[in-house]
Amino acid sequence: MKKRWLSLYVENDVGVLSKISGLFSGKSYNLDSLTVGTTEDETISRMTIGLFGNDATFEQIKKQLNRMVEVIKVVDLTSVPFHMHEILYIRLKHLTGEDKDEALRIAKIFELTVKDYGPADILLESIHAQHRNDDIIKLIRQTFKHLEIVRGGSVAIESISISAR
Amino acid sequence: MRMKGTEFFVKALIEEGVDTLFGYPGGCAIDIFDELYKQSEINVILPRHEQGLIHAADGYARATGRPGVCLVTSGPGATNLVTGIATANYDSVPLVCFTGQVPLNLIGNDAFQEVDIIGITRSICKYGITVRKREDLGKVMKEAFYIASSGRPGPVIVDLPKDIMLEEGSSQYPKNVTIRGYKPSSKVHPAQMKKALNLLDEAQKPILLIGGGVNVSGAKGELTRLVNDWKIPVITTIMGKGAIDTDSPYYVGNIGMHGCYAANMAVSQSDLLFSIGTRFSDRITGKLSAFAPHAAIVHIDIDPSSISRNIKVDVPIVSDAKNAIRTMISHDYQGDNGNWIKTIHQWNKEKPIKIKREGMAPENVIDLINEIFTEPVVVTDVGQHQMWTAQFIDMIGDTKLLTSGGLGTMGYGLPAALGAQLGCPEKDVICITGDGGVQMNIQELATAVTCGLPVTICILNNNSLGMVRQLQELFYGQRYSSTCTRRRSTCRAGCMGPNDQCPEYVPDFVKLAESYGAVGLRADNLDDAKMVLTRAKAEKGPVVIELIIDKGELVLPMVQGGMPLTEMIIHEEFTEGEGK
Repeated sequence: MKKRWLSLYVENDVGVLSKISGLFSGKSYNLDSLTVGTTEDETISRMTIGLFGNDATFEQIKKQLNRMVEVIKVVDLTSVPFHMHEILYIRLKHLTGEDKDEALRIAKIFELTVKDYGPADILLESIHAQHRNDDIIKLIRQTFKHLEIVRGGSVAIESISISAR
Repeated sequence: MRMKGTEFFVKALIEEGVDTLFGYPGGCAIDIFDELYKQSEINVILPRHEQGLIHAADGYARATGRPGVCLVTSGPGATNLVTGIATANYDSVPLVCFTGQVPLNLIGNDAFQEVDIIGITRSICKYGITVRKREDLGKVMKEAFYIASSGRPGPVIVDLPKDIMLEEGSSQYPKNVTIRGYKPSSKVHPAQMKKALNLLDEAQKPILLIGGGVNVSGAKGELTRLVNDWKIPVITTIMGKGAIDTDSPYYVGNIGMHGCYAANMAVSQSDLLFSIGTRFSDRITGKLSAFAPHAAIVHIDIDPSSISRNIKVDVPIVSDAKNAIRTMISHDYQGDNGNWIKTIHQWNKEKPIKIKREGMAPENVIDLINEIFTEPVVVTDVGQHQMWTAQFIDMIGDTKLLTSGGLGTMGYGLPAALGAQLGCPEKDVICITGDGGVQMNIQELATAVTCGLPVTICILNNNSLGMVRQLQELFYGQRYSSTCTRRRSTCRAGCMGPNDQCPEYVPDFVKLAESYGAVGLRADNLDDAKMVLTRAKAEKGPVVIELIIDKGELVLPMVQGGMPLTEMIIHEEFTEGEGK
C-alpha cells in the first residue's frame, strides 16, 4: 500500500462528485482526500485525489475513472513533478501565557500564520504539503490538549520546471 | 421552428430509428404518452410491471442488437427499473431508459412520486443524466443513444422533469455527437497484436477463449472463418456460447463453474489462453491462483478496466472483438494442434457433458428443443434450467441465447423472451424457465397474450428453487431451507420434501395460462413433452408448457466457488473405479 495522487478533469455538472466518490466507496477503494474546484474553463472542474493502494488496485482505479463519461482526463501525479499544498487550520484553546509563547514559537519555526488571537485562543493557518501538516498536527497534539483541527485536503498542479517537487 | 418537449421527444425517437418502445404511464410521463398516442411509427408496448418492461427491452436489444427503449413514470416507475438496469449493465446490453420526473421546482421537496433515480442508479449504469434545460433535450437524447450503443454497450438513464417536457424549444435534433470525456476506441494496437500472435506461433497447447463480447460485436462469421483457418480449439463462456457453431469440430464447450470437463481440463493444461471479450468473472476462473497455471494469457477486450482486473494478463489488447478477429485472420498461422485437439476430444469422450439416461432428464428435455426448433432465440431465466440450457442447447447458425449471466436475475426470462419476439417476429422464441423464476414476472403472460406473441414458455418444474437446493444438498447437509416451493405452513419442520404426501403445488400453471388466455400444457414424460413442444411450435399465440422434472436433478459438473477448475464434482457414473 502506497500513498498516491491523482488529478482529474471532470465535467462541472450536478452529480459528478457523487459519482466519483461513489466509485471509491462502492468498490472499496481507499480514498484519503478529495478536493474539487473549477478551472479556467468554468465547465470543467479539477479534482485532486489522495489515496492508498497497491499497484494493481491503483491501475484499476485509473481505468475505472477513465471509463466514466463525465471524466475528461486522468492525470497520474505519481510519475510527474507537481506542486501540492493543503490548507490546515488549528485553533488552540484555553491557553495560558506560557502556552501562547510555545504556540507562537511553533508557528514561527513551522511557518504557520497567526490568523486570529484572543485572551486564551490562537488560530493558526498552515499551508504545506499534506505530510508536513501531518507532522505539525502530531507535534501540536503533544503540546496542547484543547484544540480544533480543520483540514482542507490537498490541491495539486504539475510543475513548470522539472526539478520542483 | 419551436416545438413542445414531448413532441420533440417523439420526433427524436423516430430519428433514432426506434420502432418499439416499452412504456408504462404515470403522472409524470402522461404528457409523453399523450404525444405517442398521436403517432403510428413507434409500436408502444405496455408490459404489466416496470421490471418486466425493462427486461423486455433488454431481450429486444440482445435479440436485435439495437438499443432497447424504456419509458416509465417517476418514483416507483423508476425504482422498478433498477434490477433491469443492473442486469443490462453486467451483460453489456444497450438500453436507453427514460424516466418521468417531477417538475424541476419540486425536485428535492419529497414531492409525490419523486425519487433521485440518477443517484440511485449511479453505480449500475453506463451513464445517467437529468435534463435540466429544454434546450439540452436534443443533445442529451442524442448522446444517450450514442453512449448506450457504442464502445462496451450499456444502459443509459435519462430523467425527464415534467415541466421541461411541456416547454417549447428547438425542433432541431443534432446529427453528430462529440463528448470530450467519452471516446471509445476500437482500433487494434498493431504491436500488441504482433506480440500476441508471436506467442500463438510458439504455443503447443493454445486455446481460444471466447466471451460475450464476440456475440455483442456480431463477429460469428469472422470467428468461424478464423477457427476453420487456424484449426484451434475454442472454449466459450456462457455469454460467449454460440459465437461459433456448437457442432464445429473445434468447439469444446463452456468453461467455468458448470463448464464441461474437457473445457476446464483444457484451460488448466493450456500453454496459451487467447481470450476475446470475456472479463474472467469468478464463475469462469474458479480459484484465481490455480487458473490456467501453465498458460500465457492474451486478453482482448473493448473495456480497458476489464483487462488485468481479475487475472494478470501477459498481452493486453484494447479493441472491439470483431476488429481484433479481422486482424487475426490476416495472420498466417502454421501451428499444428492435431494432437492437442485429440487429447481434448478424448476428455470429451470419457466425460461428456451429456450422459445417456431415460426419461425427463434435463439433457433430454433440452434435446427435444434442439430437435423441434430451428435456429430459435432461446431465452432463459436463472437457476438450474439456465445452466442446463447453457450446457445442452445446440447453437447452430443464427441461434441466439439470451441469459442474465452477470447479475443472475431471476424473473428475466419471460419478459426478455417477449422483447426478443417483438424484435424478431419471424423467429421461434423459446423461454426456458423454472417454477421459481417464472413467478417473479408471471404477470407478463398478459403482455404475451395482448401482443399476440407466439413464444413457447417451458417451465421446468422441480417443485423447488433448484440451484440453491443443489448447494444445500452438496454443501449444507441437506438442510433445504426455504427452497421447497410446495411447502406450506402446515408442513413439519425439517422435511426433506417434496414427496408424494406434499400439498398441491400452486399455482396450477396450466390453469393460470388459460386464465390469461394463453395455451397451457403439461408433460411429465418425454413422449408427451415432444408432443406438446411440437404443438407449441405451431401455435400462433403464447404457449405455457409445464415440464415436470425430478427435484433431485443436479447441474454437473460443478466446481465449488473458490475451488480450482480441475476440482470438479462430476456425475457418479464417471467416478466409478476412481474412488471418488
